Amino acid sequence: MSFFEIKRLTKAFGGLIAVNDLSSSVEEGEIYGLIGPNGSGKTTVFNLITAYYPITSGTIHFRGKETNGLPTWKICKAGIGRTFQIVKPLRRMTVLENVMTSAFCRTSSSTVARDRAIEVLHFCEMGKKLDYPAKSLTIGDRKRMEIARALATEPKLLLLDETMACLTPQEQAEGVQLIRKIRDSGITIIIVEHIMQVIMNICDRILCINYGQEIARGTPSEVANNQAVIEAYLGKE
Amino acid sequence: MKKRSTLIGLGLLALFAVFPLVEGSDYYRHIVIIALMWVVIGSSWNLLAGYTGQISFGHAIFFGVGAYSAGICTTKLGISAWWGMLLGGPMAMISGLLLGWICFRLRGSYFNLATLAVAEVFRLVAIYWRDLTEGMQGILIITTFRSKIPYYFLALGLAALCVFSISRIMKSKWGFYFVAIREDQDAAEALGISSFKYKSLSLMVSSFFTGLAGAFYMNYMGFIDPEVVFSLYFISIMAILVAMIGGAGTVWGPPVGAFVMVLLQELFRSSFFGYAPKWVSEAHALAFGLLVILAIRYMANGVVGDFPKIVNLWNRKKPMPSGAGGIEI
Repeated sequence: MSFFEIKRLTKAFGGLIAVNDLSSSVEEGEIYGLIGPNGSGKTTVFNLITAYYPITSGTIHFRGKETNGLPTWKICKAGIGRTFQIVKPLRRMTVLENVMTSAFCRTSSSTVARDRAIEVLHFCEMGKKLDYPAKSLTIGDRKRMEIARALATEPKLLLLDETMACLTPQEQAEGVQLIRKIRDSGITIIIVEHIMQVIMNICDRILCINYGQEIARGTPSEVANNQAVIEAYLGKE
Repeated sequence: MKKRSTLIGLGLLALFAVFPLVEGSDYYRHIVIIALMWVVIGSSWNLLAGYTGQISFGHAIFFGVGAYSAGICTTKLGISAWWGMLLGGPMAMISGLLLGWICFRLRGSYFNLATLAVAEVFRLVAIYWRDLTEGMQGILIITTFRSKIPYYFLALGLAALCVFSISRIMKSKWGFYFVAIREDQDAAEALGISSFKYKSLSLMVSSFFTGLAGAFYMNYMGFIDPEVVFSLYFISIMAILVAMIGGAGTVWGPPVGAFVMVLLQELFRSSFFGYAPKWVSEAHALAFGLLVILAIRYMANGVVGDFPKIVNLWNRKKPMPSGAGGIEI
């Protein structure tokens, strides 16, 4: 069985089928891209994996264990970390406190959590902003802090939801480097992204969905040249 | 910062320990005893609402259950009401778990309203379950000491224990988790925090201390009835006022708020010691209402939370943006 696998995943909001019979598997150590036009169901897939929504049908397996049916916090404990498309900083805490909170996921000691948080923040190049209040950060730093916070829970699989959106080209380039660094530290990544430059650059494999259904999968160049993908993004001639 | 806070705590403790020996008047001792009791209740409410973000309109439940646990020790079990000091906390905690089990399924305003409703149920049960509670007749016991001094030191001990415990909790994993839940419950869940579990833990500690305060009240006052100890206005709302005026989400806010509120209450009750016309004592609810409106408008983080703002006002500088802590309205 694969490292991470979704099988026939379906989510219906009443009559609207947001995710339709989606199957895929992710191998350990890869960067897996999930793309699709606006409203195609990418974030919904993440919310299903992390149990913010109950699944209508289908299964999710992570490292050989079924995770559907577990509450969100247990999925985090099992080793799946995530960031949010609309960032959710703990506003009235400092950057360090934000990341310490998530470091408590694996320890009960404040000292261990603090050391771990500082280490992760330096890894994410936020080392100079430890004592900034989270609400004072720019959007770029907020996204970075979200990544640091997810990393501090020591995930094996990291779900990144549009961490590059709203960033300057300079910040994007730094973000790409950071994501590579995270992968090199042994964490598997599933990334949802709109910016094609980013996704084509860093992904090993890509799954493209539209209306909750798979329309293409393969290597970045395969997907980029796929007729169905081009039509989904640009429309038919 | 850490050291300063400890020093202030110890300094205050020493000051309060000396007070009853210097001040001989039972009247002033009584006011301080009641204020110290409110330090306990306000700090407890603050743990659940100010830090964990679960604003409760039902803290009278725990105060009442604590008080009745002590009272019933005497009336039904025939033992000293002092056993209530042991029993009151755990009994209040059990009612806290019941409240959490019912209300933590709801979020935001729905949670607030649910706590209000459950508190009313407790009050009505205390009124109508006459076999257990004596109903509206209330419970009257003979107090152990005629002097205020033993009660004073007991209240001081309780207040110190409560403030110390909560400040320790807030520096630990629990504290971080509580604030995370307040700031964003969805984000907290994604960080491996079981919001139900940690909200319940916060509620348990909060209800335990409020129950202790209730048991103390029974022993100190010697008389309780449902309209007093399960009162929405006199207990639940007062707990909110104490924490809000002092500064919700800060350790020292509720202790400051307790003294401010108890003194204000006493000023109004006595019509400013008789200097103001008699109708002033009737208007204290109105005055509290105005106070809350003003506090929320100009000092949303309370006396302690907005202290820099107040200092700047004094120096006629531009106020600083309000800092961390406090409840977002």
